[in-house]
Amino acid sequence: MGARLHVRVSEADFDPGAELAALEALPGGAVASFTGLVRDDGGLQALRLDHYPGMTARQIEAIAQSAAARWPLLGVTVIHRHGTMALGERIVFVGTASAHRAAALESCAFLIDWLKVSAPFWKQAIRRDGTADWVEAQAADDARAAGWDRT
Amino acid sequence: MAALTILYFAWVRERIGVDGETVARPPAGTTIAALLDQLARADAGHADAFRERGKLRAALDQQFAPLDAEIGAARELAIFPPVTGG
Repeated sequence: MGARLHVRVSEADFDPGAELAALEALPGGAVASFTGLVRDDGGLQALRLDHYPGMTARQIEAIAQSAAARWPLLGVTVIHRHGTMALGERIVFVGTASAHRAAALESCAFLIDWLKVSAPFWKQAIRRDGTADWVEAQAADDARAAGWDRT
Repeated sequence: MAALTILYFAWVRERIGVDGETVARPPAGTTIAALLDQLARADAGHADAFRERGKLRAALDQQFAPLDAEIGAARELAIFPPVTGG
């Protein structure tokens, strides 16, 4: 079944409204989305995201395809930025369209959970005091993603 | 002789000081871990980057692979910390 898959990896910002409008234009009736932003965890000035250019889009497409195989989706949009992003800037967008709200909501959560653990990005926190450190992966994120295998 | 391109990301790249290198393809049966041992013996930066194996992940030809996987005919190996996207 042909869900419309749209994956973009870019330094550029994106317009969530335009992305939602494109999903709403599909003949579904249910659109869900998630937008991830740079959060101030105390002393943070910016996030820098490194990625593996050859692998990133391919890996995200594989995750989008597994969502489309699991839920009756009409459309999946995943946009992930790399480069330097200031506090409050958008990092990632996941949007799903379906005829049914449960499929749209669940697949959206599945996509962001799997992106966190299997898309080759690395976050570096740049602090106001001039230091920079690499964000460590969280075991809880692995557990959340693995949880989808059991449902 | 066939070559293997190795790419490094995030703090692995910083500790080694280069974003990648090309090496002669290791003999058949060589695992990723064995190649890391060999590189670590030759250079302090590599030794530092590869010290904590539990914090390293790898990909062969842009597919995730465990460190005990054989490199085989892969043309590209990447070494990096656990990913933190999303």
